[in-house]
Order: sequence, then structure tokens, then C-alpha cells
Amino acid sequence: MSWTQKVLRVNLSTGSCESEPLNMEWAHQYLGQRGLATKYLVEETDPKVDPLSPDNKMIFATGPLTGTAAPTSGRWSVVCKGPLTGAIAASNSGGFFGAEMKNAGWDMIIFEGASDKPVYLSVKNDQAELKDASALWGKTVWQTEKELIDSSGDKDSKVASIGPAGENGSMFAAIVNDLDRAAGRSGVGAVMGSKNLKAVIVRGTVGVSVKDPMAFMQACTASNKILAENAVTGEGLPTYGTQVLMNVINGIGSLPTRNAQDVEFEGAENISGEAMHEERESDGKANLVSNHACFGCPISCARRSKMDPNNPLIAGKEQYQVTSGGLEYEAAWSLGAGTGVDDLEALTYCNFLCNDYGMDPISLGSTIAAAMELYETGAITDADTGGVELKFGSTDALVKMVEAMGKNEGFGKEIAKGSKRLCEKYGKPELSMSVKGQEFPAYDPRGIQGMGLTYATSNRGGCHLRSYTVSSEVLGIPEKTDPLTTDGKAALVKAFQDVTAAVDSSGTCIFTTFALSMDDIAPEIAAACEGDWSVDNLMEVGERIWNMERLYNIEAGFTAADDTLPQRLLKDAAKSGAAKGLTSGLDKMLPEYYELRGWGTDGVPSSETQQRLGL
Amino acid sequence: MHKALVMIPEKCTDCSQCEMMCSYELTGAFNAPKSRIKIFSFDEPDRNVPFTCTQCEEAWCMRACPVEAITVDESTGAKVVSEERCVGCKVCTIACPFGTINYDFDRGKVTKCDLCGGEPACAKVCPQDAILYMNVDATGNQRMRDSAELLE
Repeated sequence: MSWTQKVLRVNLSTGSCESEPLNMEWAHQYLGQRGLATKYLVEETDPKVDPLSPDNKMIFATGPLTGTAAPTSGRWSVVCKGPLTGAIAASNSGGFFGAEMKNAGWDMIIFEGASDKPVYLSVKNDQAELKDASALWGKTVWQTEKELIDSSGDKDSKVASIGPAGENGSMFAAIVNDLDRAAGRSGVGAVMGSKNLKAVIVRGTVGVSVKDPMAFMQACTASNKILAENAVTGEGLPTYGTQVLMNVINGIGSLPTRNAQDVEFEGAENISGEAMHEERESDGKANLVSNHACFGCPISCARRSKMDPNNPLIAGKEQYQVTSGGLEYEAAWSLGAGTGVDDLEALTYCNFLCNDYGMDPISLGSTIAAAMELYETGAITDADTGGVELKFGSTDALVKMVEAMGKNEGFGKEIAKGSKRLCEKYGKPELSMSVKGQEFPAYDPRGIQGMGLTYATSNRGGCHLRSYTVSSEVLGIPEKTDPLTTDGKAALVKAFQDVTAAVDSSGTCIFTTFALSMDDIAPEIAAACEGDWSVDNLMEVGERIWNMERLYNIEAGFTAADDTLPQRLLKDAAKSGAAKGLTSGLDKMLPEYYELRGWGTDGVPSSETQQRLGL
Repeated sequence: MHKALVMIPEKCTDCSQCEMMCSYELTGAFNAPKSRIKIFSFDEPDRNVPFTCTQCEEAWCMRACPVEAITVDESTGAKVVSEERCVGCKVCTIACPFGTINYDFDRGKVTKCDLCGGEPACAKVCPQDAILYMNVDATGNQRMRDSAELLE
């Protein structure tokens, strides 16, 4: 019921694919997906493991609601130790792959060891086998997915794969499914590549049942109604996608621009969701073609875009003269505002390349932005960049760097290491806009104070999807807080972190929480799953997951000293906008946060806290 | 008057909620591959098309069935497969020009849209209003109105 209660264990070293029962005791403590897969990782691996060694494991995980009629039930996660950070990596994706895997009868697929030659995993319901992928190695995500589906003879098969970035061990390589959805962050694609696993193709026709169908339908119908009537999930996200945020965040002076030197981007309007709707001068057509939903999603925030086929950037490249996954806010920000480039079509092209080569656009754009600052400050020169003038605002430089990284050529090889390693190599570590080695996303913590604490304490390094306090501080959900103050932000961040951990682990999308509270989501889970799934228990599950992740990172070697932000955000005040004159007040929030969490001043969960949570 | 399902591809986002609810009506589990309504996605031009049985007035499947397992539900006009009578010969799947009646290996029977007895679950759940259930003689009205609006 809701859990399939089956785990597929794939040993890439020996080639075995074995089914085993899901540990239901753990399922009741950690729910599913992010939480439950992390529990498996914690129990089965050493936190000090080299992330790219065969001893690291990689888990594809669905939640109990994945593949059901719950709204946004298409979510799945990849959990492993991440090479970009050396911390726990739990990278969440949508699309259709996760629901297909669940429908094939699997809660999780655990990959262990490493193959000595390229392979892919083929799953058809309970039949699983590793197959030779020599002919696919070196191919892009889009080529791989097409060839695998064509050769499978079943057009309804779903694929998750890595592109050249994952094969080449880029520190921020993504795993891409359904052509343009991605488990993008922390370099999970490099872990897959290190195991010589090119792809997973899955077809499932088993079905997913729930404990109490009538109660479940009622809960889902109620949730669907709330999502439809909410201004964000029923209007803003459907109309503009996540790109609804570009003008909003720029408007409040919190759009990190030119490697976070500025907080407002003069070209923001040109790369916004609104701009995607406008007719292009070149061919009179809009960049945006249509809205698209992930499996089970009534919101449909995904964008489908098409460039002007006559754009010189894609001349002779038929593979990019297509309709495909369009710009999300994070990609438009990092590749655009981050680098100072406001060419919507060029950003769309770079985004296509991210999907096709399997690269995380947040880390990529932010790393190129860091490289641009290195160039402008003279730390790197034309001799390093192969003659590319790496200046802020240069579309040409941006495109050349994205292409170079995809092809693993020239300075692209340096970009592929991420901004932390890049800036350290050239003696300017302070220019990396990262936390725990992972580039932070599109919200400047000087103007949205809660996001500073969010980034600093995120268990997977710089990230907005661990506690999206923008919801409260900017959008006023569930209630408006002042983005410029640190007051109350420690409690806000903690609450968002725990809710998010629980929602992620259910197998639904965190975007539902713009409209749904735990009072709406808990009944979905309670009707689907055996056990106590009250709001209180789910909040405790979320807190347990958060502390488990924290303990993993501590054992991996992280300390309170790593709960920090780039010096630029702590020392250099915002130059303009609402936050003009402000820096991040992290030092005011962090001690209060530790205390609220029941952690010592050293940032370690106290024994009482661990005991209370059953850790 | 009977009602008919009307699909509006321009509104469909390929979210699969219709497929899930249809499969639930048939099997008691969420299992989109077993759905009798199916969304087909096309890239160029970019389009998602929900597709199911249109309940032909003179139904080829019904005529082809050698054991009279397909009958008309007079209350809805749906052509309904009797699981008791169906022998799984699949002749109806050959007769249907649209492919909307199909054999289910697990059940050993054919399955097709039965309009859920007059309350089609697909139309009810569709979050985009891409699947409507309306009077059979009014199915083109909205599209006519949309086309008329384009005239100067």
C-alpha cells in the first residue's frame, strides 16, 4: 500500500540485480524518498567515503505518494554523498521517470559498487538487468534517451541518464530524466558516471494502490481545489512558471548580479517570464511555446520553449531547433543575471545545453560568473581562457564557456570543477559564491535575510530548496515577514526545513506548499499509508530527517565553521535597492537557530535531541 | 440527451491525472498504463492530446463482437463491455478504427471507456478543463465561438 515495499539492489561490480523487502520500520520513521533513502545511505556507507569511489552508494528513491493521484506525485530523488560538497546529496527531480519506477513496483533502486565498463539498467516491472552501454558512452542525454527508448520498442518507457558532464566527472553534473527534468544539484551525475552507469530505462505497469481510497480521493480533491484557487499555484506559476520571480526578486533588490557584486540587474526584464511571452523581433514568435506538467501536477510550472531556428547560435544544429524545456527562474538568473547577460535566446540555448550535456545550470552559471570576476580582476588571463574575453555581460563568453564545459575542452575543464575549486586554484577563494562548496541560488541574503540562514545551514550546501523562506519574506506565505530583518528568522528557517524534509519524503512537490499546509498534506499521506501520519508526527519526521542529515555531515567532517556564507554577503553591503547598506545578519540568527534545533554551540545535535528523535 | 467527452488539446499539460483516475476506476489502483483515456505528446508542433473512445453511434466494436459482449448503456449512450460475456477474442480491437478498445492481458478481457456510468472521472479530475463532458449536440460550440472571435 502506497509503498511498494520492494527495493531493487543493483551491484554494479558484480552485475547482480536483486529484490529485497523495504525496511518498514525505517519507512515509518523516515516516510520515503529523501528521508528513507538517506537512512539507507547512513546505515550502509561510511560518511567519509570518497564520493566518486565504488564505496559510495547512489539511491534512486520514490515516496509513498509518488505515482498516486496526489497532486504533484511525480517527484523522485537521487541520494548519495555529493562530490561537489562532500556532504549528503539529495537531489530531487520531477517529470515522469519517478512515477514510472514506482509503477514498476519499486520504492527504491540502490546502486552499489562500480562497473568496469559502461552499462545501463533496464527495468520492466520486476525484471531488471544491466546491459552494455558502450555504444551510448560519450553521447548526450537527448541522444541517449532517444536511442534507448527507440531500441526498447516501448515509447512509454522513461529514462534517466547522464550526459558527457557526468561521464567526465564534472563536480556539478546532473542526472536528467524525461529530456528536461533533472536531479541537478551537488554532482549526483558525477557519482553515476563514476559507477560507469550511463542510464536507467524503466517501464512499469504494476499499479500503485493506497490504504483508504475514498479518504485518499477526498484529500486529493480538496488539495487540488486549494491549488487551483491559490494565486501562486493557480495563477502565477501556471502563467509564468518559476520565472514569475525574475521581476519580483529584482524589484526588491535581491537578485545576485555579476557574481553577487550587485543586487539588481538592469537587464532582468529582458530575461523574465514576461519576456518569454513576448514576440521576438527576429521572427515574431514568442520564446514560450507551452506550459507543461510533471506527472500528476495541476500547477504545470514547466516551460516549453523554442528558439528562433535562424538564430546564429543554433545554425546547423538541428537538435536545438526544437521545442524543449525552457528557462526556469534559477537557470535564467544564474546564466543571465549572474553573468550579466540579458539575451533571452542565448540563455535558452545554454539551458538546452545544460539539459543535453547534463549540467546543473545554477552551479554552471555561478561558476562562470566567478570566472568572469577572476578575469576582470586579472587573476586569470587570455592565456588561461584560451583567448576568450571572459567579461561580465558578454554573451559570447557565456556561450563559449557553456559549450566548452559540455565538450570538456579548454577552460571548460576548469569550470567543470565548480566555483570553489576554481577560485581556490587561482588564489581568490573569496570569489566563489558557494556554501559548503555548492553555489547558492537566485536570492541575495542581504535583501532576504532568512535565505542567509537557509544557505548557511542547508545540509547539501548552498540551496533554496531546503527552506524557502522567500515564501514568507517576499510572497507572504503562510504569513508575511520583513525580509530585511533577522528577527524570527531562526524559527522560520527551522519550520520550513522540517516541513520541506517531510514533503520531499512523501514524493510530492514542495511547490504545493505555496498553497497547502501540513493540515492539507497530512490527510493525503494518512489515507495512503499505514501508520500515524498526523501533522505532529510528520513534523517530527521532518525534524528527524534534518538531524540525520546533519549528523551525516558532521561525521563526514563538517563543523559549525562551515555554517557560513561567502565573505561578500557578510562584509560588503548591498549597493542599491531596499537592502542598500545591509549585509547578511547571519551572526545574529545562527546561535538562535542552534538553540531552537537543540544543538550545542558547536552545531552538533545534543544527545537529548538525538534521543528525542530516535537517532 | 446523451453527453459526450470533448478533448481540448491546447489546454492539456500532460499531467496524467485523467489516466490515473481512469485506471483507478477500472483496477482499483493508480496505474496510468491501464487507463482507457491516454494522453499523447508531440514535440513538433508541441501538443498534448488526450484521446479515448468517442462512443460511435454505429459502433464497429459492437458490431464485430461475436458474443454480444458490447452493449449500449441507454442512460449514457456508452458502449459497454460485459466482462462476463467477453471471451477475449480481440476482434473488436481490429474493428475499431481509432484503437480505443484494447485487450488487457491481466484481465483477459477487452476494456474501453464506459463514461463511468455518466460521471466520467477523467473530466471530473482534469485540472486544466481540457476534458469536458457536455451535451452531444453542443460539442463544437466553444470551438465555433473561438473561431468566430478571430474574425475581424
